[in-house]
Amino acid sequence: MSDKSIAYVRTEMAPELPAPDNTHGPVAWMTHNLFSSIPHTILTLLGIYIIYQLSWPLLKFSFYDVAWTGEGREACAGKTGACWAYVRAYFSQFVYGRYPVAEYWRVDIVFAVGALGLIPALIPSVPYKRFNILFMLIAYPVMTFILLSGGNLSFEDYLVEYSILFVVIVAIGVAIAVATKSNPKPVVLTLGGIGIAIALILGIMSYDFGLTHVETDKWGGFLVTLVIAVTGIAASLPLGIALALGRRSNMPIIRLVSVIFIEFWRGVPLITVLFMSSVVLPLFLPEGVTFDKLLRALIGVALFSAAYMAEVVRGGLQAIPKGQYEGASALGLTFWQSTGLIIMPQALKLVIPGIVNTFIGLFKDTTLVLIIGLFDLLGQVQFSFTDAKWSTPNTSHTGYLFAAIVFWIFCFGMSRYSIFMENRLHTGHKR
Amino acid sequence: MAANSHANTDKPAEKGSIFNDPKVRGIVYQVALVSGLAYLVWSIIQNAARNLEKQNIASGFGFMDGTAGFAPNQSLIDVSAASTYGEIFIAGLLNTLLMAVIGIIFATIVGFIMGIARLSNNWVVSKIATVYIEIVRNIPLLLQIFFWYFAVLRALPHPKQSHVFLSEFYLNNRGFFMPKPIFGEGSELIGYALVAAIVGIFALINWAKKRQMETGKRFPVLWTSLALLFGLPLVAYFLSGMPVTFDHPVKTKFSLKGGMRVIPEFVGLLLALTIYTGAFIAEIVRAGILAVSHGQTEAAHALGLRNGPTLRLVIIPQAMRVIIPPLTSQYLNLTKNSSLAVAIAYPDIVSAGGTILNQTGQAIEVIGIWMIVYLSISLLISLFMNWYNRSIAMVER
Amino acid sequence: MKKVLLSVLLGSAMSVAATASQADTLDDVKGKGDVTCGVSQGLPGFSNPDAQGNWTGLDVDFCKAVAAAVFGDADKAKFAPLSAKERFTALQSGEIDVLPRNTTWTMSRDTKLGLNFAGVNYYDGQGFMVRKSLGVSSALELDGASVCTNTGTTTELNVTDYYRSNNMELELVQFEKADEVVQAYDGGRCDVYTTDASGLYAQRLKLTNADDHIVLPEIISKEPLGPVVRQGDDKWFNINKWVLFAMVNAEELGVTQANVDEMKNSKNPSVRRLLGTEGAFGEALGLSNDWAYQVIKAVGNYGESFDRNVGPKTPLGIARGVNDLWSKGGLMYAPPIR
Repeated sequence: MSDKSIAYVRTEMAPELPAPDNTHGPVAWMTHNLFSSIPHTILTLLGIYIIYQLSWPLLKFSFYDVAWTGEGREACAGKTGACWAYVRAYFSQFVYGRYPVAEYWRVDIVFAVGALGLIPALIPSVPYKRFNILFMLIAYPVMTFILLSGGNLSFEDYLVEYSILFVVIVAIGVAIAVATKSNPKPVVLTLGGIGIAIALILGIMSYDFGLTHVETDKWGGFLVTLVIAVTGIAASLPLGIALALGRRSNMPIIRLVSVIFIEFWRGVPLITVLFMSSVVLPLFLPEGVTFDKLLRALIGVALFSAAYMAEVVRGGLQAIPKGQYEGASALGLTFWQSTGLIIMPQALKLVIPGIVNTFIGLFKDTTLVLIIGLFDLLGQVQFSFTDAKWSTPNTSHTGYLFAAIVFWIFCFGMSRYSIFMENRLHTGHKR
Repeated sequence: MAANSHANTDKPAEKGSIFNDPKVRGIVYQVALVSGLAYLVWSIIQNAARNLEKQNIASGFGFMDGTAGFAPNQSLIDVSAASTYGEIFIAGLLNTLLMAVIGIIFATIVGFIMGIARLSNNWVVSKIATVYIEIVRNIPLLLQIFFWYFAVLRALPHPKQSHVFLSEFYLNNRGFFMPKPIFGEGSELIGYALVAAIVGIFALINWAKKRQMETGKRFPVLWTSLALLFGLPLVAYFLSGMPVTFDHPVKTKFSLKGGMRVIPEFVGLLLALTIYTGAFIAEIVRAGILAVSHGQTEAAHALGLRNGPTLRLVIIPQAMRVIIPPLTSQYLNLTKNSSLAVAIAYPDIVSAGGTILNQTGQAIEVIGIWMIVYLSISLLISLFMNWYNRSIAMVER
Repeated sequence: MKKVLLSVLLGSAMSVAATASQADTLDDVKGKGDVTCGVSQGLPGFSNPDAQGNWTGLDVDFCKAVAAAVFGDADKAKFAPLSAKERFTALQSGEIDVLPRNTTWTMSRDTKLGLNFAGVNYYDGQGFMVRKSLGVSSALELDGASVCTNTGTTTELNVTDYYRSNNMELELVQFEKADEVVQAYDGGRCDVYTTDASGLYAQRLKLTNADDHIVLPEIISKEPLGPVVRQGDDKWFNINKWVLFAMVNAEELGVTQANVDEMKNSKNPSVRRLLGTEGAFGEALGLSNDWAYQVIKAVGNYGESFDRNVGPKTPLGIARGVNDLWSKGGLMYAPPIR
């Protein structure tokens, strides 16, 4: 207002002073985070000592005086470090097991297509999710089966039986439709569609593509780890959903059966399940019906993880507000419609991190199949220790280290993904 | 379920089919499920019976009375090669329980320390905890068991070059040997003294609590308890004329004989289970502590509590309510994972049962016993933890 | 019908070898086009896969011989690696056709488990392996030692019996798999490794320093190892039995893989009967008459198979000993083809 200057008001800015030493800079950070008090200083020094004690031998073993290349134990004998040459020599066995070398390309295709199909499915912003997931759930398993085993299932031998079974199921469906005085046409179409689709898939699997048959006992290494983990999780998902629904059903017997099933499998160790699948399951089958050993283990693993999956899905179902159920009912949707269209899509989205965590658990647990004599990655690594050509005192440590690194990379990656999805999903449901 | 009933309201005259009644439909579904399951079970029993008959294997548990012909190398009860299969089974069961109990105690300690360390203000400490958790959780347990067993085994010396501590304790690749106390005549008094000390400690805790409530004065409970626990039996030991003697391990040609011994299989499995489960418990503890609002810490500090008591008296008790349910499932996991003992020859119930299975061919019975045992243990742990959970649950007002 | 439906339901999942009936294994084998043999999961000298999955060994040769006798083609032999626990169930359930898996012939197995032993292709006995540095020269000096073994076999019973009968004490450490036993023994967990003597020679190859270990002279048990078939199928039993006999007879008659074609023109009636140039012995087995010719053409006679897989010139370095022909002081004796 007035042009008369006030004498005690500064007209120019005061010079900027540096921040006090004790709030920024590495020294401040250290005093704050490392040496804030005497106990903390002791802890810090102790921690540094522990880090040194643990990581130095590991680093030394991994990189100092190691044999990167070589043709046999001579390359590694006398060295104090890891025998990486042995991992190189055995690398293809660790990946493919005893799969015939000439057929490696088939496994490579399966790995490549799997990775190409999985990556866009995992990135939330990529479009065509539904198509992508359908491909991974239907076309990919069929392709994998044909490529890995060689197809040629001889389904044609069972065509008559299959047709009879198919007709009987359709007839039952029609009978129920007639009894409920509803239109039998959609029933026939749905059941017929499913039946023909299954027949088609089996037909493709039975087609002779000219691939040589590779028995499952030749499969091994990382291939088996992936086959068991992926099949286990894929098979356990539908079963787990059914069990979770059963556990929340109004029908007492269905609820009881689901609860018993879930709690039974969750209560016993996987290793007893695997022993059961390898030793007892053949006794439960009719004479002459036998299963492949890998398939038996897969059944055990799938049932086992289905119980865990059921609990994960149940958690998702419980998180859906009651209003969603009531709203669906109010719209006149049937149980299956409301479950399939309203509840499940929301619930499954919520439990993606849980599913990934179950998958990590299963991925680690596949190692147990080595106890029943299947060769997963760890089994193959352990098997390689018995090769006299490479036996040195450091071979087994190197092998275990290699397996640990591989498992760690995969599990850690998946757990990061699960955290990423959790944070992403959290936004909408945070209250 | 009861969704399509609205269609009937327009035409009340035309009664819907009986199948459209959800109740009837529910019954039909359930009958179908029960009959399907019954058929499955029936055919399994039929097939199993036929297969067993063909193999000439008598079903039933009669084989449990047979002489085993082998003995496990660790047992809490007295078994030998002349024992029956049933006794070997019990020895295996006790080994499983021993591993489970000790593993749970150690894993809980490691888990709590690491969980709290991960939240520490100290950068180095929290990073160590983080790295530990992220590494251990993402490597298969079986691999860790092999690593600890075979790595520890190779690191330890041959019995001839044992590490000796206090000239009575020996450590070598056959295990850890220590003197075994032998309780002679009159040593019951020591047992009584121990019981009296424990009863006394409980009484003391109650009394000290009451006194603190009334007068606000604190009593050094920990030190007095420790003094009672060790002092009373010690006094009893001297009063009864020192009846306890020790069986010392003696060097033999191959190893050591006598005394008490911890076998390397036990150590390897315990290390692996503790470290693996500890990492999971650490994450649970961290989540539990983070679930307690920071205001609680500030309020405690405002009341003048230091960091230690704040954690012990304010944060942990509240965090426990979040921690207990997932902790229970970790305890169950540890117990079930102890069955991996079979891979490194720790004679637990799966390992002992496996040998019996091989010798008798009674696969169904042996696997049935395993499953019943593990289900019962799971049930017991769940019941205990549920009881504990209820006892510490927040009392709503 | 039920069975077929079930197998369709189950079979839609993956490959199911639904053999319609087991009454006639030979027909089944011919139908599916291969002989499936249950073998070990890797025992050098007896059944061991190399990195490419090709199996070699004495037991493998037997399996190839059966395939050659049935199909005239040794490559029609398929191998299913089995653990000790699974082996009998696998045979009973029809998963495999014959079990040449260094399995000891005992009375209870022969009578109680519904099995038949087709003969003995290796006379074995349980032995002990120790470190040379221990300075032990006899098993009787092993009082108080730790003994590593793997479960699922007769070995843990034999060794416990042996120790008890000699009033010695032992610590038995039992592993699930042979590979783990080797690792533990190599790591110093045990003083002694016990299993069949042939197994000891085989497993010794897997140790870091094979030369630091010796197999003690004592053999504490009789372990006749041989191929096993299901009871109740005499035709298949006969085929397996006579394939083994043919290999032994061939050695006795001097017929080898190399000279089998010339031997076809031999004037010796025994050789002619063996190779099918005289008589119709193959027909009686349900095979072609040159079945034994195919066997020898494919894998050679017993002596050749022994020398190739476990003999003194192989890394195992096992002497013929009791496994030599009866005429040379061994136990290998085959009934004549007549």
